[in-house]
Amino acid sequence: MATDQTAETYTVEDLVALNPYNPDILNDLEKFVNEQVASQTYNLDANLSLLRLYQFEPERMSVQIVASILIKALMAMPGPDFSLCLFLIPEHVQMEEQFKTLIVLSHYLETARFSKFWDEAAKNRHILEVVPGFEQAIQAYAIHVLSLTYQKVPRPILAEAINIEGLALDKFLEYHAANSGWIIEKGRQSQVIVLPRNEINHPELKKNTADTVPFEHVTRIFPVLS
Amino acid sequence: MAAPYDREDGLPPAAPPHGADAYDPNYVPDSVKTFVAHLYRHIRDKNVYEIHQMYEGGFQRLSERLFRDAPWPSAEAVAPYCDGDHVFLLLYRELWYRHAHARLSPLTAANRAESWTNYCDLFSVVLHGVVNMQLPNQWLWDMVDEFVYQFQSFCQYRAKLKNKTEDELQQLKQFDKAWNVYGVLNYLQALVEKSMITQILEREKEGLEQFTATDGYDYEGGSNVLKVLGYYSMIGLLRIHCLLGDYHTALKCLAPIDLNQQGVYTIVIGSHISTIYHYGFANLMMRRYVDATREFNKMLLYILKYKQYHQKSPQYDQILKKNEQMYALLAICLSLCPQNKLIDENVSTQLKEKYNDKMTKMQRYDDEAYAAYDELFSYACPKFITPSPPVLDQPLTNYNQDAYRLQLKLFLYEVKQQQLLSGIRSYLKLYSTITIGKLAQYMEMDEAMLRSILMTYKHKMHAVDSDGKIVSSADFDFYIVEDVIRVVESKPTKRHGDYFLRQILKFEEMIGELEKVQFD
Repeated sequence: MATDQTAETYTVEDLVALNPYNPDILNDLEKFVNEQVASQTYNLDANLSLLRLYQFEPERMSVQIVASILIKALMAMPGPDFSLCLFLIPEHVQMEEQFKTLIVLSHYLETARFSKFWDEAAKNRHILEVVPGFEQAIQAYAIHVLSLTYQKVPRPILAEAINIEGLALDKFLEYHAANSGWIIEKGRQSQVIVLPRNEINHPELKKNTADTVPFEHVTRIFPVLS
Repeated sequence: MAAPYDREDGLPPAAPPHGADAYDPNYVPDSVKTFVAHLYRHIRDKNVYEIHQMYEGGFQRLSERLFRDAPWPSAEAVAPYCDGDHVFLLLYRELWYRHAHARLSPLTAANRAESWTNYCDLFSVVLHGVVNMQLPNQWLWDMVDEFVYQFQSFCQYRAKLKNKTEDELQQLKQFDKAWNVYGVLNYLQALVEKSMITQILEREKEGLEQFTATDGYDYEGGSNVLKVLGYYSMIGLLRIHCLLGDYHTALKCLAPIDLNQQGVYTIVIGSHISTIYHYGFANLMMRRYVDATREFNKMLLYILKYKQYHQKSPQYDQILKKNEQMYALLAICLSLCPQNKLIDENVSTQLKEKYNDKMTKMQRYDDEAYAAYDELFSYACPKFITPSPPVLDQPLTNYNQDAYRLQLKLFLYEVKQQQLLSGIRSYLKLYSTITIGKLAQYMEMDEAMLRSILMTYKHKMHAVDSDGKIVSSADFDFYIVEDVIRVVESKPTKRHGDYFLRQILKFEEMIGELEKVQFD
């Protein structure tokens, strides 16, 4: 029987890798979710394993733990983790108020409706503040999407996306100018922030990968060459 | 002569084998005596070719002729013709129950539970005993495939509670351990681990092991059974996780198999198709439309070229069905994520023939579009299951559709989010530069909405792959400078590298054919 002792000799990652289809690890996985929340870490595989065990034994499901998993998954955007989790949660559970809220929040983030998102998040602070680091994670996602889209983004747009204004925004911009290569210029109507160049917002940087051949494809002709 | 077999009669419980009063489990026709004796001898002699002939041909022919609506004779009855060999009888029973599942529906919970017990015994022998046989890959694949199928079938069966009789409910209570999801998954996992197949495949890459080169067979006097069952179990796990809606884990289970190469998974066409179908479906649900499209294209092209050779095989119908389903999934992928370079022309022609109307609808993103997406998804998706056992004292309902309805709902939800993007595509293709203000005016929306849509396009078309890299699947692209949108012109690129690779392989094939030609 898996006891606390077993949990000490094997890490949770070990348990998930070696013996995932095992009802006895359910408590360990639940503890691990709380650890992820407390230490601001994240492990998708372990959380999916737990949701799977809840699927197998619905009476043992903890709504609180599922909520934490979903919030952590939201914080993993732009990854699809949130929908991966939803696929494993029965429909009637998804009808509960706090899950409906989280689904709405996910929808706003997926469709880049940041101001609606921050409004709704403010109204539901009690659900979200359970997980430290939530705001920062969403701000990082917002910046990611802006970086894909803009070479130069007007200040008000950035402010709306990350929900920071005024002096706090000035400090934020200073920090990123010093550490992330942002450049602050004067634009036509407001300040603009020049975001770092990447392949997506500067397509001319894109190497002509269209004609490069992945190595795996070349291996197909090795039998011929030999 | 025995009276005709009456399927409507309640089958007598517990003792195998089952049949109506007219079926005599102990009656063994002469042709069956010969069949059993010969098959047993070939297995002992490790004559894989003969085993395959009897398995594919003999068993099917006898089933058609003598056992169209009846079970085969019981294992006890045929025991004398195979020295009562314990392992052979486990194999015989596996065939017995497979035949029963295919031809004698509906089966009772008791029947299904017995089949489960037989699989447990059979797999336990393979896992713990020293099995000294070599069996054809087709048989080993069918074993794993059937195992997963019977599990899925049982989950569907026990989720339909509304019209069950007292007797049936009693049986469900009695056999509540049969086909429990933990057992099913753990057997497959055990086969993967005990066979050490992932390590074998790793070592093979470094030239330290022969596995794929020998088609999985062991030419050093050993047995291929554990290794090949372990290999096929990876595909079995891929399939089960898809049925549960866990697409991430499904793909993880398949990870040791390199889909860019030929492998043991391509030897038996059933396993090839099952692998690609589930791989593609999992990628579709994870929004990796390009990966799904690429693999579906390869598989459909293969089927187009080679299906004529399988016309006589018992798997032909299944091949055709999966073919149609993959075209439907391909139609969905291309509607959500248009790609103009990835599809072979022959596949494209077939696709247009089957789904041109539907694809036009789906690219419109209105109510008719949802109906088309709904229809194609429902036609092509796997038969999702609810893995937890039923609660039998509450009011009885049918909940066998619940899992499917959830996956469909979430899929359509994703489609809805992408609804916004079709307008963008058509408009931006007309301009090289345009201000946000102007475009918002043309599209009759406010600027904030337009900005959201533009960012949504970027987000949806740029996925983060498993290594954390951003992969673009955009067929055209743009970037914004302050409030001006600049559209990036996409030049059609000539893929010389790919072209040469294809031609090299084609010519090599032709040279091979020519060398085979003998002149008299």
